[in-house]
Amino acid sequence: MSVFTIIEHDDGVVPAACLQALTIAGELAAGDTVEAVVFGPDPGLGSVLAANGVTTLHVVDHELVTDYSPEIYGESLAQLLKQAGPAGVVAAGTDRGNEIMAQAAARSRLPLATNCVAVTADPGAWTLTRARVGGLLLEDAELTASTKLVTVVPGPGDDVSASPGASGLLTQTFVPDLAADFVHSRLVERTERGSGVTLATARVVVSGGRGVGSSEGFAPLEELADLLGGAVGCSRVATSNGWRPHSDQVGQTGTKVSPELYIACGISGATQHWVGCMGAKTILAINTDPEAPMVTRATYAVTGDVHEVVPAVVAEIRRRADIRAGRRPALA
Amino acid sequence: MNVLVCVKRVPGTGSTILLTDDGMDVDTRHLGFTIGPHEECAVEEAIRIAADHGGQVTVLTVGPAEAAEQLRDALSMGADHAVLVDTGPGELDPEATADALVQAVRQLQDEAGARFDLVLFGNESADAGHYQVGVRVACELGLPMVGGVKGVELDTDAGTVRWRRPVAAGVEVYESSLPAAAGVAEGLNLPRYPSMRGRLRAMKAVITTLHVDVAPSGLRKTGLRRPAEERPATVVLGSGADSAGAVVDVLEELGVA
Ligand SMILES: Cc1cc2nc3c(=O)[nH]c(=O)nc-3n(C[C@H](O)[C@H](O)[C@H](O)COP(=O)(O)OP(=O)(O)OC[C@H]3O[C@@H](n4cnc5c(N)ncnc54)[C@H](O)[C@@H]3O)c2cc1C
Ligand SMILES: Nc1ncnc2c1ncn2[C@@H]1O[C@H](COP(=O)(O)O)[C@@H](O)[C@H]1O
Repeated sequence: MSVFTIIEHDDGVVPAACLQALTIAGELAAGDTVEAVVFGPDPGLGSVLAANGVTTLHVVDHELVTDYSPEIYGESLAQLLKQAGPAGVVAAGTDRGNEIMAQAAARSRLPLATNCVAVTADPGAWTLTRARVGGLLLEDAELTASTKLVTVVPGPGDDVSASPGASGLLTQTFVPDLAADFVHSRLVERTERGSGVTLATARVVVSGGRGVGSSEGFAPLEELADLLGGAVGCSRVATSNGWRPHSDQVGQTGTKVSPELYIACGISGATQHWVGCMGAKTILAINTDPEAPMVTRATYAVTGDVHEVVPAVVAEIRRRADIRAGRRPALA
Repeated sequence: MNVLVCVKRVPGTGSTILLTDDGMDVDTRHLGFTIGPHEECAVEEAIRIAADHGGQVTVLTVGPAEAAEQLRDALSMGADHAVLVDTGPGELDPEATADALVQAVRQLQDEAGARFDLVLFGNESADAGHYQVGVRVACELGLPMVGGVKGVELDTDAGTVRWRRPVAAGVEVYESSLPAAAGVAEGLNLPRYPSMRGRLRAMKAVITTLHVDVAPSGLRKTGLRRPAEERPATVVLGSGADSAGAVVDVLEELGVA
């Protein structure tokens, strides 16, 4: 039996996470066909998908399938699954992927395993491992169902653009049965983020926690981040004290960052914070407590008060820049 | 505006997660239990909505009898009613949890005559993170449902609600007709600390207990484990301001300064 996968795309750009899901769908299909589902008109994904082993593309087409709507996408998928009866569906564990799959699962009354890191097809059941608490805990589970629904945790990778042209792919249009008064949430407004360094994509993140002590205490961290072309992050203690906006929070309920360098200032390294920064290549911890989990897990550590260490580092960067520029360094 | 908030009792976690001997649950002996931060924001938002528009806040949980503790936390913040669906010890799968919640809502609406204009969930539970219980409940109750919500704007005259949610590319705003459901995310508001009066009131409040029958679904947990962590020893660069030179050496070596 075939395995389906869902292709989310933004104007023809397919996120890496969807191609990763597609690869897993191929493994689970074990020789049977892999079929992809897109919502709305096909933006020319054929050759990308064919190159990745897809044989059939189901294009969900309906006048209500325009902008994203969780209920409409989910109901359409549920109807397609009822008609086609695949062995399973593998989607990316993105916010949208999880949302569409939850909607489809609810409407099909099928079980759903989200955020899997491994899935194997055994006769009768799929054996899988799910990530909990951002991957710090793994859950082994068995999934038994006529159609098995899973989403997989996205890994690092590059997005792929659609390229028009012949593909040899079989394209089938699926028109869901949706009443005009179908209950759903309507997208009424979308604002694009401006360009600039964002926390999620910054090469350097300078993050502060309880040890920073106040919102003013973040000024030297801002300065350091500026000098390094990075962004400022923080722990939940900093947001819940109102020192920083929640959009700066790193962790399980904040942003997951994966910079070249993460500088953790006065952050203890609680599990829920750690899952947000453990993707960093290098971690430098600045903490008064040499036993803090952030310190023992970091690549580099400085023992000391963040109020002394960060300004000293800023001054040293400036001093060396001055010397390089042939200026006489300011007296300390 | 009567608001229902679904909250889950979850283990607290420190800097490492310990497991029970049978590997089926998190060891909570030293850390106790809490409700997740997303759900705390849901409770806070419900209390603000009821204060602004009138109406009552009901908190509902499915779990062991001890989950009454988390309901009292919500009551002490200002929720009006609390309902416990006692399903005993052990974790239910997400379909069974949703089924229990749906049966409870039906009992409250059909038998107790309650009416909920809004049903709020956390975006995901803090322990299992199935990303689906709220969606399942909303679907079964015929409610529209948006997840990842960090802003709520009610238009009671029009009978609509607008949900604002950040996405990778920016911000999206959705509109639904009431009654409606949402999964909210931390950052929506700053939850209040319970007042002394709130705590006293919560201590005396009556918690409604419901019983339902649920069957396990096709997703069966077989165990929990911790992934192996390979962790090279930390290089200590120094202490205090004197370490600045060594720190900047490293920054230059990494090519960031
Ligand atoms: C379900 C759930 C989700 C959560 N999600 C998140 C999340 O997304 N992100 C997050 O961050 N937290 C999250 N938390 C909270 C988390 O458990 C911790 O409470 C939080 O990360 C602690 O923040 P902190 O390290 O700043 O504070 P603390 O744990 O109090 O640590 C402060 C550290 O600063 C050091 N220090 C103190 N003074 C100084 C000084 N002058 N100079 C240098 N060092 C100093 C101390 O030695 C200590 O190590 C979550 C919790 C739960 C239950
Ligand atoms: N046992 C439970 N009792 C009440 N609400 C729950 C329970 N489990 C999950 N929920 C709600 O559903 C949301 C999503 O949970 P989950 O699907 O596990 O990620 C949670 O944030 C809660 O609001």
